[in-house]
Amino acid sequence: MALGPYLLLAAIEGLVGAAVLALTAVGLSLVFGVMRVVNVAHGAFFMLGAVAAWFVTQAVPGPPWVGFAVALVAAPLSVGALAVAADLLVLRRLDYAPEPTIVATIGLLYILQALALTGFGPDARPVPAPFEAVIQLPWFGVSAYKLAVVGLAAALLGFVWLGLARSRAGLVMRATRSDRAMAEAFGIDTGRVYALTFGAGAALAAVAAVLIVPISQAHYLMGGDPLLLAFIVVILGGLGSLRGTVVAALAIGLGDGIASVFFSPTVGKIVATLLVALVLVFRPQGLFGREAA
Amino acid sequence: MSGGRASLALHLGVLALLLALGFVLPPYPHANLARVMVLAVYAMGYNLAFGYTGLLSLGHALYFAAGMYAAGLTVRFGVFPAAPAFMAGVAAGGGLALVVGVLALRTTGAAFMIVTLMVAQAGYLAILTFGRVTGGDEGFVLERAARIVGPLDLSQEGPRYAAALALFAGGLLASLALVRSRAGRVLVAMRENPERSRMLGYDPFRWRLLALGLSGAFAGAAGAGYALLFGYVGASFAAIDHSILPLLWVLLGGAGTVLGPFVGTLVMFWLVDAASGITTAPQLVVGAALVALVLFARRGLMGSLRARLVPWLP
Repeated sequence: MALGPYLLLAAIEGLVGAAVLALTAVGLSLVFGVMRVVNVAHGAFFMLGAVAAWFVTQAVPGPPWVGFAVALVAAPLSVGALAVAADLLVLRRLDYAPEPTIVATIGLLYILQALALTGFGPDARPVPAPFEAVIQLPWFGVSAYKLAVVGLAAALLGFVWLGLARSRAGLVMRATRSDRAMAEAFGIDTGRVYALTFGAGAALAAVAAVLIVPISQAHYLMGGDPLLLAFIVVILGGLGSLRGTVVAALAIGLGDGIASVFFSPTVGKIVATLLVALVLVFRPQGLFGREAA
Repeated sequence: MSGGRASLALHLGVLALLLALGFVLPPYPHANLARVMVLAVYAMGYNLAFGYTGLLSLGHALYFAAGMYAAGLTVRFGVFPAAPAFMAGVAAGGGLALVVGVLALRTTGAAFMIVTLMVAQAGYLAILTFGRVTGGDEGFVLERAARIVGPLDLSQEGPRYAAALALFAGGLLASLALVRSRAGRVLVAMRENPERSRMLGYDPFRWRLLALGLSGAFAGAAGAGYALLFGYVGASFAAIDHSILPLLWVLLGGAGTVLGPFVGTLVMFWLVDAASGITTAPQLVVGAALVALVLFARRGLMGSLRARLVPWLP
């Protein structure tokens, strides 16, 4: 094959990674932006979404797409509800102080991982894709499902953006983000906003996991990499900036996909991680952020 | 001050108790306690940066691993015998922490956490990449012959316990001396109010760098000690989990207390050990303990003790 098709293949793989990463990172960014909370358990919510998808697709009879469609709704809802409970029971009582909150979410991460290990087992398990169609290009075939993932993720991101920018819930969220005390003075129940934001962030991670699980399989330790990458993306994109997060996810996802075709994967990763660290050192507000948070 | 003398007596008493335990404990807890003492040095180093100076680093596994590999590799390839190899480990941990610190200390807060995390992750990946030298994921085992210091054969239980205790005593007394010195008070001032300290003429960057370098040297000493005492060097010690562990130990024991890191390491080790007897997922107990800790005992065990009963605890 010539260079062109190689690049195209890498770009498609990278785009799928970027789409899922963007959803995960927007969830993390939303929580950080509104609540000023670094949620280390975000990767665990991602993992739970995938595990929930496996259970749902096992339980629902009929063709694969039915079970998948149910999982696409049920997994984020249940994971979101769990996150709301965690917020009400733990984080709220810590008053969202930065360091205790980080430790509590590490504890939460351990608890969720251990529960998944006992309930789901140590093996990676596949979830069937809702459809198996392949789009034949002149050089290679592309699974139609991968393109559907990109499309669905883009639609969901658009929905989130629209919700934040146009709906009343989004307005309340943005008001709470810019000044919590003032929002309270205007009669907003910011405690509820916090709980629902934490739930929504977790639900976004879960839905990203449901989308990727037919491609990559469910495993109880699968949350580590998405967490790390989402952190990188959120930081690079500027803390709490939705547009920056999406742009950074695209850059990192595509870069990762393309670099892995041309370079040995680990050397590429080493260089990338060090570069991210250097960006943070010399531009702590992120590449797109306006000022330090 | 009576507190000064009492605290010195308390810490010497703890060391004497540990020495006595070395003679009476049955083999299994004996071996575990030796391990806890070495890991507690790592936690004490972390405490210097986090507990006293307020630097929340998420990349200390890098310095632990630097010490571990510096000692392990020099011994493995016959560059040094065990004793200088240990010193090489201390230098590697401290030196690397200084290099990382020069860059990372330009940031604060969340950015500092992520920068240290990223650099440590790059180090972890580097260990995996250069697997031909480092043994990659599987690591390598140090032969018994390579682990002899003078008359001490560190692969035997008695000498191993003695060496672990010596390392622990060195770390404990050094941190006690440091936090009671003028320099220690400056570090606490950096944690409490960096702006005011700067106004008083202390350069925050330099003092933080000093704390980070010392902290890295402690971590390097623990890593080198671990390699020489337990004869195993592996990449898992450089992974993220191993950066979070000292944070947990210090928080459990009490950040900003001299004995806290040891108490935290000991209790957490015991918790995990007890839990793995009951369930296949001991992480569940660890996680629940952590959440309970931040909810009900924010200062950690020794910190709560200091707040309620013994105000002079350093």
